Amino acid sequence: MTDGPSILAPDDPAIRVRGLARSFGATQAVAGIDLDVPRGMIFAILGPNGAGKTTLLRMLATLLEPDGGEATVMGHDLRRAPHAVRGAIAMTGQFASLDEDLTGRENLIMLSRLWGFGRRAARERAADLLAAFDLADAANRQVQDYSGGMRRRLDIAASLIVTPGVLFLDEPTTGLDPSARQKVWRLIRRLAASGVTILLTTQYLEEADQLAARIAVIDHGRKIAEGTSRELKAATGSGFLHVTLADAAELEQAAGMLAARLGASVQHGAQGAVLSVMAGSPEAASAALSDLIGAGIGLADFSMGTPTLDEVFFALTGGSDAPAEEAAQ
Amino acid sequence: MTDIASLKRMERPAPPSGMSNALVFGWRAVLKFRHVPEQMFDLVMTPIMFTLLFTFVFGGALAGSPDDYLQFFLPGILVQTVVFNAVYSGMGLSTDFQKGLFDRFRTLPVWSLAPFAGLMVGDILRHLIAGMIILAIGLMLGYRPEAGILGVAGAFVLLLGIGFGVGWIFLVLGLLVRTPTTVMTLGFTFLFPVIFASNIMVDPATMPDWLRAFVEVNPVSLMTTAMRGLMAGTVTAAEIGRALIAPVALTVLLAPLTLILYRRK
Repeated sequence: MTDGPSILAPDDPAIRVRGLARSFGATQAVAGIDLDVPRGMIFAILGPNGAGKTTLLRMLATLLEPDGGEATVMGHDLRRAPHAVRGAIAMTGQFASLDEDLTGRENLIMLSRLWGFGRRAARERAADLLAAFDLADAANRQVQDYSGGMRRRLDIAASLIVTPGVLFLDEPTTGLDPSARQKVWRLIRRLAASGVTILLTTQYLEEADQLAARIAVIDHGRKIAEGTSRELKAATGSGFLHVTLADAAELEQAAGMLAARLGASVQHGAQGAVLSVMAGSPEAASAALSDLIGAGIGLADFSMGTPTLDEVFFALTGGSDAPAEEAAQ
Repeated sequence: MTDIASLKRMERPAPPSGMSNALVFGWRAVLKFRHVPEQMFDLVMTPIMFTLLFTFVFGGALAGSPDDYLQFFLPGILVQTVVFNAVYSGMGLSTDFQKGLFDRFRTLPVWSLAPFAGLMVGDILRHLIAGMIILAIGLMLGYRPEAGILGVAGAFVLLLGIGFGVGWIFLVLGLLVRTPTTVMTLGFTFLFPVIFASNIMVDPATMPDWLRAFVEVNPVSLMTTAMRGLMAGTVTAAEIGRALIAPVALTVLLAPLTLILYRRK
């Protein structure tokens, strides 16, 4: 169980992944992914449920053995030196990995002691973390009485007992209300500013957009795109026009007219008479709407919006995938 | 307001010993007692009910008088208490896995057996506390250990050995089975026949031959015989040796299996 010397050169990435793969029975959860995450960056892995995000993260956090490929984390080889990887990382999973019967303070002291801090140092670190995460008032309450946002903050605090080289966050804001989500976002930004490399997974384009310097989009265990948020949006178009028709009987006619005017394929919404189509500019969208009105098609509603995850997928995969359906499974 | 800007960077301290890690897990078990004292009810209610019902309902018929029956029954009910306790330890492990707590432990650079060693520390405490409560109730009802305090102390040491050995069965179950309630159902389904088809409740002399043959080699009977001997001052070394066969064999077989299952999970 030697940790070995860290062989990280100054310009080596914090995480380097080559062809990493993992199957469960006949299902290929991760089917050969390459990634390079530079140090100090917030990197987001975006994809629907079941895309392989969590499997990828669990492999990188040494919780799951890969079937194929290789990876280094902070210069340590994932397969040959998992113990050394563990010394350089922390992971906050989708579900709070805390002892609900214990208080927030006791959880942090327990984990500090497991890292090897003495009693006094463990108590001090726990107190510092509770103060920094705005949990000092709740420190002596059992975790089962915490709100979702408080649990998430305590869980992230537990990942910072020893400042990690890389912090893995699996869907850090899933299930949080908007204000708790904002708090966690602010937290993630400050952590990255302090030099921690952060690899997070998310289903929300907005979250990736808000936080990450780079985004990898994955689906069915494969990376289908990677770039900055701006690059991905350029691939998807500057905006999407969403139109709700007054009469569903006119859907096909309206779809044909939108496709002809905007030169892009039209998606049918999951329910109701909703059509979504990539529009190059507000002017183009306005012209398309005029076409519909000119043809006597009644509109119940319309809006211009940034692309949703579904739409990014639609654009990236050419419509062969329907992430919304998969998410519902 | 959250202010993590003030948080100092913290480097990793020197790695702790496996023993120190195990003690931290033991400390966790002690904290749980403080926060969830109700768990003691789970552990002692069944043996208390058994003691009262068997002593006062069946005792007269089985042994001539409730007092005589209690004298026979109490060392055995201690064995039953400890064996049933072990089921709860497996349930706790299964709960920890379900809640993701073990993911946290497994991403720490700690000795991989430490969580199990810690569970054992907690178990030993639970066995001691539950055993004391049952013994105290027995004494109140009129039970008298002929071998005195030393005999009782010896019996408790054996009891901890039994709990330690049997505990492995349920740690393995806790690792194999997905939900805590399934661990409980499986545990009790397996344990009830083993407990009842033993010499805890009745002398096997009146049982049919095929059943008596089983009861006489049932490890629970061997444990109970040694416990009775220790508390009555009549124990032989051979009895203690036979009582320890199962705990030792279970530890030798299942401790490595526990580790393999845990690493693979």
